[in-house]
Amino acid sequence: MTGRFIGFLRALPGSGRIGLALVVLWLVTAVAGPFAAPYSPSAFVDRTVFSGASAQLWFGSDYLGRDVLSRLLWGARYTVFLALGAAICAVLIGTSLALVAAIRGGWTDEIISRAMDTLISIPSKIFALVLVAAFGSSLWLLLIIAAITYVPGNFRIARALAMNLIALDFVQVARARGEGTAYIARREILPNMIHPLLADMGLRFLFVVLLLSGLSFLGLGVQPPNADLGSLVRENVSGLTEGAMAIVVPALAIASLTIGANLLIDALKPGGRK
Amino acid sequence: MSAPAGSSRRAGQGLIRLIALRVASALLTLLMVSAVVFTISGLLPGDAAQEVLGQTATPQQVAALRHEMGLDQPAFTRYFQWLSALLAGDPGTSYVANMPVKAIIADRLPKTLTLAGITAAISVVIALAIGIVSAINRGGRIDRVLNVITLSLVATPEFLIATLGVLLFSVKLLWLPSIAISSAGAGWSTVLRSLALPVMSLTFVVVAQMARMTRAAVADQLDRPYVEMARLKGVPFARIVLYHVMPNAIGPVVNAMALSLSYLMGGALIVETIFNYPGLASLMVNAVTSRDMPLLQSCAMVFCGVYLAMMLVADIIAILANPRLRA
Repeated sequence: MTGRFIGFLRALPGSGRIGLALVVLWLVTAVAGPFAAPYSPSAFVDRTVFSGASAQLWFGSDYLGRDVLSRLLWGARYTVFLALGAAICAVLIGTSLALVAAIRGGWTDEIISRAMDTLISIPSKIFALVLVAAFGSSLWLLLIIAAITYVPGNFRIARALAMNLIALDFVQVARARGEGTAYIARREILPNMIHPLLADMGLRFLFVVLLLSGLSFLGLGVQPPNADLGSLVRENVSGLTEGAMAIVVPALAIASLTIGANLLIDALKPGGRK
Repeated sequence: MSAPAGSSRRAGQGLIRLIALRVASALLTLLMVSAVVFTISGLLPGDAAQEVLGQTATPQQVAALRHEMGLDQPAFTRYFQWLSALLAGDPGTSYVANMPVKAIIADRLPKTLTLAGITAAISVVIALAIGIVSAINRGGRIDRVLNVITLSLVATPEFLIATLGVLLFSVKLLWLPSIAISSAGAGWSTVLRSLALPVMSLTFVVVAQMARMTRAAVADQLDRPYVEMARLKGVPFARIVLYHVMPNAIGPVVNAMALSLSYLMGGALIVETIFNYPGLASLMVNAVTSRDMPLLQSCAMVFCGVYLAMMLVADIIAILANPRLRA
């Protein structure tokens, strides 16, 4: 196991290793961040607002004089877990629909594919805004909204993958044996498309992080008193004109997570870059 | 080239048919998009009348308002009323501003189009340059560096770029204003200066995706045998790229440009908000915050319409550029 892991690391290009390190860093922060936070995220620890870095407050204070680092360590879990949950849901739903459409074919395929084509013609952030306006933005709703937003994209990828496999002999043989849709999907097709699907899930994760932090930044995502990384940027937007650390640090944090994820996904792409 | 006149006329007719089909399918998609938008924002959220009147209203009051708002009609009827009003150019009145939605959008849309237009013009040039340079050097050091840069930029949230831009140009260097509002009588230079940071932020976001797709399209052509043939014949490389490769790559490249320009819309939501720019995107964000459904629906339809129109133009250019698609 360790040997395989070291071999995997060796095979990664430099950018991929940086990406892996950043992703792992944020996963650890999401789990353990609150235990490492030096202050409570809601404690007023500084009398001046938007102060710079100091030995007590590494990343300065926010617009109310709270510790930016502590709020960051608490906020990471909303960003990371919501995005993970939404990405997993999007892939589960999108791929299930894709398998049904691809295996059944005919009218089933036609209807599902048309519906997905329609949804994909709505720019994802616009779609998410309409959903938020209609249903609100509690944490669960945000997860569902983000998942729905990225179902059509995953459907398109998964259907294309499944269609390529369905033409192959072993699927035809299974059909001739009289196996049902569920069996063919689970035993014949899914195992052969798992790697590109995982890569797509990584990509969806990245999109969801950007979408949800964007929504939070607009005040439409995670609502106070909860705060994800996007909320931290929004809270401190009044510090923008003075170039406060409190707005730059959370924005950089989100970027380091998404850039890390993207570098890692790119490095894991089969065949590499042509 | 040497085909007889009759067959070329037939090819021309086929071309028109192909484009007409594509236009029809775009219109059909837009119709289905309108059904989705209306279902989500108009039918699912429950009773708008109850919401307007609040919890203290009597059932009679609610019923009366429901009737007045047409909410007691079947969903299908409501959708067609909404759609025909939209098509007639009168999508109703904004709950919050108490003004016709049409007037509000007419005021905001040109501002967003200005922002998007300037950004598109700048980013297309930069993206083409980056895409072609990295495709020519594919596998080389320049390509790898550009790859990591564009990969990172694709994944960078708009507000980070905007924030860093403000930090550098308005706080440290004091060159540019950090707010994109300019008063009505302001001169050209003031307007341009106020647009500089929003345009720059959007450009960064859009360029990366565009450059990556351009690179892929050009690299794909560079691997073709005809390029090798031209090189063996001693054609200068710059000429191969400009006269042989680019005409063949133009379809995918234009498609890539249109696809990436859709990022502009998502980006505009953030950038207009951060710079207080009075465009359509910030209007839509306000409509979501105040749950102003008529305004929200119209904004969403404008964005979807513009997006589908861009896809359509991209596809038509691809059809025109690719002789094989004309047959």
